[in-house]
Amino acid sequence: MEQILFRHNKPNRCVTFDEYRAEGGFSALAKALKELSPDQVQQAVIDSGLRGRGGAGFPTGKKWSFLARNVPGPRWLICNSDEMEPGTYKDRTLLEANPYLLLEGIALTSYAIGVSHAFIFIRRGYEQAAANLRRGVAECRQAGLVGENILGSGFSCEIDVHVSAGRYICGEETALMNALEGKRANPRSKPPFPAIKGLWGGPTVVNNVESLSNIPAIISNGAEWFKAFGRIPEAAGTKLFCVSGHVSTCACFELPMGISLGEIIEGPCNGMRPDSRFKACLPGGASTPYFTEEHWNVPMDFDAVAKAGSRLGTGGIVVFDQNTCMVAATLNLVRFYARESCGWCTPCREGLPYVVNLLEEIENGRGSEEYIAILRDHINLLKYAFCALALGAMGPVEGLLKHFQDEVREHIAKGKCPFKK
Amino acid sequence: MIPETLKTELQDRVASAITPREAAVDVMKELQRHYGWLTDEAVTEASRILGLSPLQVEELATFYEMIYRRPVGKQMIHVCDSISCWNMGGESLLERLAAHLGISVGETTRDGMFTLLPCCCLGNCGQAPTMMVGDNLYGELTVEKAVEILKKESSNL
Ligand SMILES: Cc1cc2nc3c(=O)[nH]c(=O)nc-3n(C[C@H](O)[C@H](O)[C@H](O)COP(=O)(O)O)c2cc1C
Ligand code: SF4
Ligand code: FES
Repeated sequence: MEQILFRHNKPNRCVTFDEYRAEGGFSALAKALKELSPDQVQQAVIDSGLRGRGGAGFPTGKKWSFLARNVPGPRWLICNSDEMEPGTYKDRTLLEANPYLLLEGIALTSYAIGVSHAFIFIRRGYEQAAANLRRGVAECRQAGLVGENILGSGFSCEIDVHVSAGRYICGEETALMNALEGKRANPRSKPPFPAIKGLWGGPTVVNNVESLSNIPAIISNGAEWFKAFGRIPEAAGTKLFCVSGHVSTCACFELPMGISLGEIIEGPCNGMRPDSRFKACLPGGASTPYFTEEHWNVPMDFDAVAKAGSRLGTGGIVVFDQNTCMVAATLNLVRFYARESCGWCTPCREGLPYVVNLLEEIENGRGSEEYIAILRDHINLLKYAFCALALGAMGPVEGLLKHFQDEVREHIAKGKCPFKK
Repeated sequence: MIPETLKTELQDRVASAITPREAAVDVMKELQRHYGWLTDEAVTEASRILGLSPLQVEELATFYEMIYRRPVGKQMIHVCDSISCWNMGGESLLERLAAHLGISVGETTRDGMFTLLPCCCLGNCGQAPTMMVGDNLYGELTVEKAVEILKKESSNL
């Protein structure tokens, strides 16, 4: 299959700057600076149907178009490379293989939205990816692709790499802006949205690594070309699916958007492990309600997955086999969120530890029937939290009650976890 | 007191930032590298360099997973306890490593070599279970493999 994001990949090493250029890299930037107006670049991205790959799936070009115009002072672009969502490792895979697509995408986006200073916010622990990006920025600067007067066009753009010190909430876009400003990374209230008032009060666009890395190919080959990758009419482009768990081959694959869950598992993942049968999966990272066998044929695209009761999220698929206790899995997930809660608002700070406690009681055989109702209440109550972290935490709980209520009841009835020997 | 060269380096970093506090995480990291952990003295130094109050630095320092406000070993061992690693048998890894090192989770070995901590997803879920020693990522671990890695890491120091 033709690829967009992994096209320049070399086996077991990062592509070099010279190879990337020789294979047509940075020709989209050259083309845009020479032939296209910023609005034309933005229009191409709108027409391409590209939707944000950071989790929420917001149309990328449309997000750019919301940017406040004609306000004094600088505007900013931030590439979100925080990637701390459990089960997700696509941005790392991409950046370790090829940092140049992102750098070209950032330059193109900056041109389209009138930004002269962009930041890449990268999590701690991604040292190799950060090193690739720093080297890439230096190489681009040398070649006149970053910095003053890019390719003699009069357009200038700086790119800074900011390496965080580790905290999941920094991936939430408004918390990220506080983190970049050197403040404690609690989220900000929305509105005002970043497009109006973001980093240092200026209009700001926040986009994910994978979203931005798609831009060069869209500009080179056109919106229709990009759309044609989708397996179903609504889908556009490819998606990086990173798979983990009880399948035979765990890796990050670039596949057409809209491919079905079953095709991913039976195809590139080579099916389940020898003694494993598919029981459930997280379709798109830690915050997405479970899929079960009944979802085998759901096309993996934003709307189709949402219609089936979950979210495409990050594309991080975590597969569980028949020996997995779904109460214990859910407990692990909610514990993660409880620990990562930034502590800013009461529903999340107090509510998540309470949910953890309920799940612990059920898992340890001390639950009762009414716990199920209390859990259900909390799915609603946590909607009142300040940011989407708490809501995300309840995704797996929602999935647990929807698809595995019998298993929860079995814990309660038997007074112990049926999976523990 | 920190060496003049480090001080100049940090002041240069602050000078190139959009606002001084934009450099806060970098400054804390460098000071931590110098002292081994972010000591009270380091907090005071950081606050002077950044033009913040010590309390403002404290507020940042205590927020991040990788800034240590207590003494730690020469190397940090971070064992992922998130879902993919849990799913692939990582749950017992942390406990068994603790037993091997003769410490509880969160403690430092007596020779000051390692501090053992659980941590969130390391972005290596396809090769679960995973740990990070210093800046080095290791996947597809068993306890035996992890113990071998620690042997190698401590002889590299
Ligand atoms: C708690 C939380 C954590 C998030 N972490 C990330 C992340 O690590 N990377 C990311 O791209 N988006 C993350 N997001 C989504 C961002 O807020 C934002 O929607 C995204 O970066 C926008 O980029 P996109 O439009 O290209 O998808 C997170 C959101 C929440 C609520
Ligand atoms: S929901 Fe949780 S993470 Fe979000 S602001 Fe409230 S406490 Fe912080
Ligand atoms: S869940 Fe352990 S590395 Fe991602």
